[in-house]
Amino acid sequence: MNKTYCDAINEALVEEMERDARVILYGLDVTDHKRIFGSTRNLLEKFGTERCFGTPLSEDAMMGFGLGAAINGLRPIHVHIRVDFLLLAMNQLVNMVSVYRYMSGGKLNVPLVIRAVIGRGWGQSFQHSKSLQSIFTHIPGLKVVMPSTPQDAKGLLKAAIRDENPVVFLEHRWLYFVEGEVSQQTDEIIPLGKARTLCEGSDYTLVATSWMNVEAKKAAEVLKKHHGVSVEVIDPRTLYPLDSEAIFKSVQKTKHCLVADYDWVNCGFSAEVAAQVSEHCFGDLKKPVKRLGFAHTPCPSARCLEDQFYPNAMDMIRVVEKDLSLSPIDLSREEFYTYENKFKGPF
Amino acid sequence: MSQKDLNLSLYKKVYLVRQAEETLRKYYPEDEMKTPTHLSIGEEAIVAGIAQAMGENDQVLSTYRGHGIYLARTEETDRFFAELYGKKTGLAKGKTGSMHLHAIDQGFMGSSAVVATSIPVAVGCAYANKVAKNGKLVFSLFGDGATEEGAFWESLNMACLKQIPIIFICEDNDLAIHTQVSERQGYRSISEIVSKYNCHVFSEDTTDPEKIYALTKVAVDQAKTTGSPSFIYLKYYRYLEHVGVNEDFNANYRSKEEYLKWFEKDPVKLQREKLIKMGCEKDVLRLEKEINQQIETSIERAKMAPFASLDELKIDVYAHE
Repeated sequence: MNKTYCDAINEALVEEMERDARVILYGLDVTDHKRIFGSTRNLLEKFGTERCFGTPLSEDAMMGFGLGAAINGLRPIHVHIRVDFLLLAMNQLVNMVSVYRYMSGGKLNVPLVIRAVIGRGWGQSFQHSKSLQSIFTHIPGLKVVMPSTPQDAKGLLKAAIRDENPVVFLEHRWLYFVEGEVSQQTDEIIPLGKARTLCEGSDYTLVATSWMNVEAKKAAEVLKKHHGVSVEVIDPRTLYPLDSEAIFKSVQKTKHCLVADYDWVNCGFSAEVAAQVSEHCFGDLKKPVKRLGFAHTPCPSARCLEDQFYPNAMDMIRVVEKDLSLSPIDLSREEFYTYENKFKGPF
Repeated sequence: MSQKDLNLSLYKKVYLVRQAEETLRKYYPEDEMKTPTHLSIGEEAIVAGIAQAMGENDQVLSTYRGHGIYLARTEETDRFFAELYGKKTGLAKGKTGSMHLHAIDQGFMGSSAVVATSIPVAVGCAYANKVAKNGKLVFSLFGDGATEEGAFWESLNMACLKQIPIIFICEDNDLAIHTQVSERQGYRSISEIVSKYNCHVFSEDTTDPEKIYALTKVAVDQAKTTGSPSFIYLKYYRYLEHVGVNEDFNANYRSKEEYLKWFEKDPVKLQREKLIKMGCEKDVLRLEKEINQQIETSIERAKMAPFASLDELKIDVYAHE
């Protein structure tokens, strides 16, 4: 059945809360009339205030609260309407949540899911637009998930809720509108740590995270049409644990690799993938691994500057053309994603 | 429990803490316990009184100055010393050292070395107990410095808002490392401020573990009957340096005279005298002998025990790996 990404998340939450009474969900605004862009709707009505509640504006303590509840028998989901607000909870996340199992000598598990909305909205500038997966992926003890399709959002969220470890689950704001086939089998989960090949190809490997997969599929389509270049798009889906083998296998076939990460480039997840590919596929590569990501600046508000900040399909096409020594084609007649089609704001 | 038994039980706890710490001080200079230690000497009455008031299934979370509550709650020293020596037989196989003590089986759910960080975790534990309706109470121990952290206020607010039964215990020794409270706090009384929240507030300035036990019992009963949080404010004096096993009165941030004043009402000495007055000298001597023996045996075992195998480094980071 076709569903939006947002509905797929909501479905996963309802199904898991129905399946397991230990699952609770809380966070700022989860029960207000907007319900986190609709993703937490019906939860309060179905499961009551004990299992679904809004909280004081206390991100740090509420993260520690989730840890305490998780080691004491519950399976909490802590929701952040923007990943930028999650920074207030980094002390608990990095000093406590991620180490607690190790600290206990393996006696305690921390089944805690941390949902956060990431990325570009509508002229939001620098405190409502970040992504930060590279920071979370840097921390041992955390798992990091970034689904890019409705099916993955549902299956991976269910897997995250059933996982015995803390999982940071990052949902791009624009993906909320994306529609796709979503399985209605309540027991269908997608295991963490498995990449998905979004489209198969033989000439070039494009590793993309989150929203970048939407751009990557468009880039693949254009490159096929104009250059006859066959691009393989790999969505790691889980950044930790990372399915490195799937990436290596693809690069060994295509001999080329671009990593388009939805985050800053410097010391970022794209650097990790580029390093791993360079170490494992050095002999196969015809060109050095390339990277695309955010500009090394805060995110600006004005549309024209915002377009410079976030990479897109056009940037990917230009990198591939250059790598394969193809002359740049005219892209003026191509239709690329523009948020005006879907997204009117305000948030 | 008779008054005699109660006081003996409290003495067992204060003496165990004191003697374990004094023994630690003796061996620490050998440099085999390679872990920063924040000793509980001076704090014994508080941890003994609280541990005595805790029910079998109750839970506690503490701080890096956690030897006292660990020993008072568990009364065990084998895994404790083994952990300080970094051995495989330690409570976390040598991974936590002195600052993150826990005993999950006995409800000691962990200690943290970043000030105030275990307080919200305690509230989360208490919420899970409330949902499970299992009657378990959580005790959250922290120092006066923690009340300057946002996490404390956020946690207090959450517990009071949702009426989560929990006992917050502020142990005020006037110092955050080496800085006096007068240089850190822009308010007159933490208890006064907390009393404006929807919780019960208690305070006591005593080194008598029996009084602390009695007060904690009242707080426990209040929490159990009303379902509201309690806040207990207690004073004590830290005898030794912030971290390490030595005195540091020559550092000039506090005076030896102050210490001598507190030492007159030393909790271990007071409790011992009380029992002797009650005619329990024989019991006291027997207890002391047993505890001395227990500690020496634990030290021996810890020294003899092997370190964990090197692959232990990567174990217990993730579940199911």
